[in-house]
Amino acid sequence: MNVLLAIIVAIAFVIIAPLLGGLFMGCDRVLTARMQSRVGPPILQPFYDVAKLWHKEKAFNNPVETIFTTAYLVLMVLSGVMFTTGGNILLMVFALALAHTFLILAAYAANAPFSHIGAERELLSVMITEPVLILIAAGFYMISGSFQVIDLFKTDGSGIILLPGIFVALCFVILLRLRKSPYDISTSEHAHQELVKGVTTSFSGRNLAKVEIAHWFEIVILVSLAILFFTHLLVFSAIMIIVCFSLLLIIDNVFPRVTWKMTMKSIWLITLFLGVLNLVLLGIFGVLL
Amino acid sequence: MTSASKSPWILHYNASSCNGCDIEILAALTPVYDVERFGIINTGNPAHTDIFLVTGGVNEQNKVVLKNLYDQIPEPKVVVAVGICASSGGVFRDCYNISGGVDTIIPVDVYVPGCSVRPEALIEGIVKALGILEQKRAAMEERK
Repeated sequence: MNVLLAIIVAIAFVIIAPLLGGLFMGCDRVLTARMQSRVGPPILQPFYDVAKLWHKEKAFNNPVETIFTTAYLVLMVLSGVMFTTGGNILLMVFALALAHTFLILAAYAANAPFSHIGAERELLSVMITEPVLILIAAGFYMISGSFQVIDLFKTDGSGIILLPGIFVALCFVILLRLRKSPYDISTSEHAHQELVKGVTTSFSGRNLAKVEIAHWFEIVILVSLAILFFTHLLVFSAIMIIVCFSLLLIIDNVFPRVTWKMTMKSIWLITLFLGVLNLVLLGIFGVLL
Repeated sequence: MTSASKSPWILHYNASSCNGCDIEILAALTPVYDVERFGIINTGNPAHTDIFLVTGGVNEQNKVVLKNLYDQIPEPKVVVAVGICASSGGVFRDCYNISGGVDTIIPVDVYVPGCSVRPEALIEGIVKALGILEQKRAAMEERK
């Protein structure tokens, strides 16, 4: 990919991704409300929320919060840019992990117990997420012989056919990363639970807005990771995303939150069984394909 | 109408209320009244709050907590006294341990009397609070 095109794609990503992420959150809130026989907020509600937060008074527990939350947003954007410009998937995974590290540091910086519990659980969820993301990188390497996202589009092998186990593991990780029930361990969608707002408890105003925007970027990055499995069936991927989104909403509304131990056990088991087994089988039979 | 009044997040604090008004506040969040239509979320966290709903006459034990919560809410913020006890102390006004209304501790912007308050009255009160929130935000912008 030449440099000019890469810059255009990067700028387009920075503009479009938060719009898509915010709309996704809006749809989520409206559909969840309908499932609970409520009318629900307007579809643009997440944008109103962020706009309001942007104009609130600057107040913090600890001034370093601002630096850490900004770093969280910047690294999240960087990770997305690396991905959409067809860059190195391994580097993108590490940038994503570093972004979350800054969020955790920001939460630890505040002298607040709920914030600390949230930070600990966010740390756990990063620990659960990383093996799956690395397995994805390894799996794509086995298919295309390269860690570059762009090379995946040039190979004949299709992710969903060769790596179905890893795809299922990714779906569970998306459920965890979007902080949906039953895996909403690090924060709660609306603070009606024992965690108050978990990792975001101590943030207010612009810092909270940055965390929210970074979350929108994260949604887009994870969904595009899922799309990578359908490089040869891009039309099919749209249907898949709608199906997965509906399933995610139903799961979110039906299941109560599980404990962090259960979260770790269940997702790690799925990762180990489906993900690693998938890679091993691909390694053994891959030669025949 | 700016984003301030399109996304009012509330914090509810029970300052020695009998739970009557608290139940009505929660009733407003149920599918029957569904205040999330207006972007209202019960945050339970002062750092995220725009509108502070207080019920009860405030006794000696919780007036410090009330003051503390108020101080933690970033500007612009609006305080709504929910129910007659929060508005004036109600029948408990002359009790030895009751402060006699929320406004004896923190400034109150909207009073919603009633025992217990009707959800419709409460929603009306919050709509009033939204107007005040807008004014406070405009004043804040001017100060900049």
